[in-house]
Amino acid sequence: MLTTELNQKPEILEAVIVRFVGDSGDGMQLTGTQFSGTSAMFGNDVATFPNYPAEIRAPQGSLYGVSGFQVHIGSVEISTPGDEVDLLVAMNPAGLKTNLHAVKPGHTIIVDIDSFTRKNLDKAHYSANPLEDGSLENYRVIEVAMTTLTKEALKDIEGLDNKSITRTKNMFALGMVYWMYDRTLDHTINFFRNKFKGKPKIIEANIKALNTGCFYAETLELIPNAYTIAPAKMKPGTYRIIMGNTAMAWGLLAASEKTGLQLFLGSYPITPASDILHELAKHKHFGVKALQAEDEIAGISSAIGASFAGNLAITTTSGPGLALKSEALGLAMMIEMPLVVVNVQRGGPSTGLPTKTEQSDLLQAMYGRNGESPVIVIAAGTPANCFDFAYEACRLTLEHMTPVILLSDGYIANGSAPWRIRTVEEMPEIKNHILEEAYDEWHPYDRDDKTLARKWAIPGTPDLEHRVGGLEKNKVTGNVSYVPENHEYMIKIRAEKIRKVQENIPLLKTEFTDEGELLVIGWGGTYGSLHSAVKQMNELGYKNVGYAHFNYLNPLPKNTEDVFQRFKKIVVCELNNGQFATVLRSQFKGFEFEQFNKIQGLPFNNSELTTKFKEMID
Amino acid sequence: MEATTDKKYTFKDFSSDQEVRWCPGCDDYVILRSMQKALPEIGVKRENVVFISGIGCSSRFPYYMNTFGMHGIHGRAPAIATGVKLANPELSVWVITGDGDAMAIGGNHFIHVLRRNVDLNIILFNNEIYGLTKGQFSPTSLVGQKTKSSPYGNTQPPFLPGELAIGSQARFFARIAGNMPKEMTQIFIEAEQFKGTSLVEVLQNCPIFNNGAFDEFTDKAVRTDRQLYVEHGQPMIFGANRDKGLVLNGLKLEVVTIGENGITEEDILVHDAKEEDPTLHQMLARLRFPLVTGVIRSFHDITLEERKDEQNEQVKTDSKFTVTADLFYSGDTYQVI
Repeated sequence: MLTTELNQKPEILEAVIVRFVGDSGDGMQLTGTQFSGTSAMFGNDVATFPNYPAEIRAPQGSLYGVSGFQVHIGSVEISTPGDEVDLLVAMNPAGLKTNLHAVKPGHTIIVDIDSFTRKNLDKAHYSANPLEDGSLENYRVIEVAMTTLTKEALKDIEGLDNKSITRTKNMFALGMVYWMYDRTLDHTINFFRNKFKGKPKIIEANIKALNTGCFYAETLELIPNAYTIAPAKMKPGTYRIIMGNTAMAWGLLAASEKTGLQLFLGSYPITPASDILHELAKHKHFGVKALQAEDEIAGISSAIGASFAGNLAITTTSGPGLALKSEALGLAMMIEMPLVVVNVQRGGPSTGLPTKTEQSDLLQAMYGRNGESPVIVIAAGTPANCFDFAYEACRLTLEHMTPVILLSDGYIANGSAPWRIRTVEEMPEIKNHILEEAYDEWHPYDRDDKTLARKWAIPGTPDLEHRVGGLEKNKVTGNVSYVPENHEYMIKIRAEKIRKVQENIPLLKTEFTDEGELLVIGWGGTYGSLHSAVKQMNELGYKNVGYAHFNYLNPLPKNTEDVFQRFKKIVVCELNNGQFATVLRSQFKGFEFEQFNKIQGLPFNNSELTTKFKEMID
Repeated sequence: MEATTDKKYTFKDFSSDQEVRWCPGCDDYVILRSMQKALPEIGVKRENVVFISGIGCSSRFPYYMNTFGMHGIHGRAPAIATGVKLANPELSVWVITGDGDAMAIGGNHFIHVLRRNVDLNIILFNNEIYGLTKGQFSPTSLVGQKTKSSPYGNTQPPFLPGELAIGSQARFFARIAGNMPKEMTQIFIEAEQFKGTSLVEVLQNCPIFNNGAFDEFTDKAVRTDRQLYVEHGQPMIFGANRDKGLVLNGLKLEVVTIGENGITEEDILVHDAKEEDPTLHQMLARLRFPLVTGVIRSFHDITLEERKDEQNEQVKTDSKFTVTADLFYSGDTYQVI
C-alpha cells in the first residue's frame, strides 16, 4: 500500500475518469449515476457509460457477473466517458481482475478488502491475493475494510437486516470518492430522501454510510491526494443529465407536441432499444399510444397503419429487428407515408453481441430492402443529441413523406451526458402535407414541386377516399399500374425525392481546420471519441488535421465533395468493417478513403485513434 | 363508436372505378357485392371506412371499394389495421384476408389481434388453396388433397379457422357459405355492429384451383340438409323438413330427429351466441355434420381501445405533466450561467 501525506489544499485537475466496479448486486450503476449527477450539479461537464453483464443475475463474485459504471468529469469539454481511468473503485476481486487493465499506471485503486476472501479470489481465478503478491505495485492501492466499517457505522440502526446493511457499502465508497473530489453530499442525500419516502431506516442507513465514507477519507488521511475539478464552461441554460435512449424518446415527444400529431409507437422489446419503448409507454398523458406488438413486423406494420390514419408513427428496434422489418419498410416507402424507424445498433451479425456497441447496420439501413427502395438515413452522434435527431427524423419524414431510419447505437443509447433543456417553442418548425379537403381533380400522388412529397390524405376526410398498396402505382392516380414506362418513372421519382432532401439538411461542417493534410471522417455515435482525438491532435500541434462528422447519411450533404477536396488524405473511422467507406467510394470517385475500423463491441479509444492519425501524417 | 350518417348511400357509392379482375365465377364477386350492400345499411360515413388487406386473390378487394384502403403485405393486415384503429377509433376498419394470408404467413398477427379484441372486422376468404400463386395447398387444405405442391396428396393436417380463432379468444366468429349473399350481407352488418374483433369465415369457392371444395355443404341441392344456420336464441334445427336438431349427449353434440325416440322441439339445444364460455361454440365450429353457419359466437367483452382509453384518462388525471416542458424540467436540473 502506498500512503502519502494528505494534501490540505486540493490539487486542481481538468478532468478525471472514475470507474466503479463490483458484483451485479453491489449497486454500482446507482453509485456511478449519483457521482455523475452530483458533478453535473456542481457544473462539470460529464459523460458516463454503464457496462453490465447480459445475465440478469449472474453468479455472485464471478468474472462475468461484474457490473461497472464509468464517469468522466471535467472543467473542460468532455465528449466521451474516457478510456483509461484515474480512479478505480473495486468492490470485489472479480471487479479488480476485469478492470485493472483500464487503470493508468501510478493511479489509484480503492478496494474493499473484506471481499478479498479465498472464496472470492477463487471465483475471480486469482491463485494468489493480488493485494499481497506485488502485482499491484505500479498503482496506489487504498485498502479499506468497507463492509466491516459500514456494519460498525450502522449497528445502532435498529431493525435493519444484515443484507440491507451490507448493501449500503456502495454509499460508503461513494462518500470516500465525494471527499476525494471535493463534492457535496446533498444531491445524493436528497435522492435517498425522495426515493425511499416511507422507509426512514433505509434513508438513514444510506446517508450514514455515505457520511461515514466521507469522514473516513478525510480523517484517517488514507487518501493520497484530494482533487478538485472546477466547473466547466458550458452554454448557459438549464441542464439535466440524460441518457441517449431517454433523449431519443423525448425528441419524439417534442415533435409530437410541436406538430399536434399524436405519437404512435409500435414496438417489440429488443436490447438495447427497449428503453425507448419503456420511456414512451410512461407518457400517456401526452396522448402517446404505445403498442407492444407480437413481433417486430407487427411493430412496424401497426405504425404504418397509424401513419395512414394520421398519427406521427414510430417503430423502434435494433439490428435483427430491422432485418425483420425490411419488407414493411419497403411498403412504407412505396406508399410514401411518414414513418420513423429508430435502430439502436448493437454488435452483429445475427444475434451478435446484444449488449455491446457497433455501427454495422449502415448498409442494412441504406440498402436492406427488395427492389429500388431508398429511404432517408440519419444518425445521432451523442447521448444528448439523440433528442435533436429524433426531432429531426420526425421533421424529415413529415416534410418529405417518406420513411426515415434513425441510427443510434448501444454506446450513446446507454451513455449519459448533460443536456441543455429545450422547450418545444425553441425547436424548428415542422411542416406536413396533410390534405384538409379535396380540390378539383384531386389525386393521391399529386406531388409538392419542391420536395416531391405526395399528399397525406387521411381517413375520415370526406371525398379523399383512395387506395394505396405495395403494387406499383400510376404516377398520378395511385391506381395499380403495370405500364413499363410508368414503373421506371416511379422508381426514378422516388429516388429523386430522397435526393431533394439535400435542400432541407445542413451542410457538412469541418472542425479544427477547413483544409489541410488529413481529414478524419466519422458518423453517428463515434462523435465524442473522434472529436476528442482530433482535438488532442490539434493540441499536440497537428493543426492540419480536420474532422468532419456525418449525421446525414442518405442523402449526404451536398457540399460533401467540396469538403473532401480540401484535404490531401482522408481516413474513415468506423466501428464496423468499412461500411461508410464503401458508401463513400460508391458516390465519390477520385478520392482515396483510408479506413480505420474497430469491431470489438467497444468504442474507439483515444490513443489508438491518435496513433493512426500520426502514422498517416508522419 | 363509429359516427353514423344520415346520407343515404347505395351499393354504387361503394364501388370504385377499378375494373374487377377476379376469375369469372369466383365467389369473391359475391363477397364484394354483399359488402357493398352491407355498408349502406350499416350507415357509416364512407370517408370513415377503411379496408386493409394482405396478399392473395382476396387481398385485391380494397381496390374495388370506393373507401379508404391499403393493400398491405403478406399476412400483416391485422397488424396494420390495429394501428389504423388505435390511431383513430372513429373509423370502421375491415381486414380482408385469405386462408394462407391469415393462417400461414400471418398466423401470429391473426391470433394476437383476436386476443387483443381490437374493434375490427376480419373477413377471411377460405378457399382451402393458394390461388394467386396458382394452386399450392394452404393451411386449411385437407389431408390427401392433391395440389401443385402436393402432387401425391397433402400430408399436413389443416386448421379449422373457427377452432383456431376461438382458441385465440375470438369474441365473435361467424361462418357463411360463399353462395349465400343475402345472409352474408346480414352477417357483415352484425360483424360491424359487434364491438370487438369480429371474424367472418367465408367458404369461398375457387373455381380454378379447388372447384367444388365446399359442394358437400353448400350445393343448393344439399345445403338445407347439410348446413345448420344458427341464430341467437333459436333452437338449432336444420334439414329440408326442419326436423333435424342438435342435442348434447355427454360431451358430444348429436344429431337427432324431432318426432323420433320421443324427441320434441323442446329437447333441441337453443343457440346462445352471447355466452362467455366458448366450449359449445368451439364444438359448433368443429362440427362437420351438419356444418354450422351463421353467427356462432358473439360474446361482448371490453375492447383494447376501451381498455386503453380508460387507462389514458386515469393517467391524465393523475399526471402532473401537461406539456413536454413539464417533463423536461422535472426532477434534477441545474443552471449553468
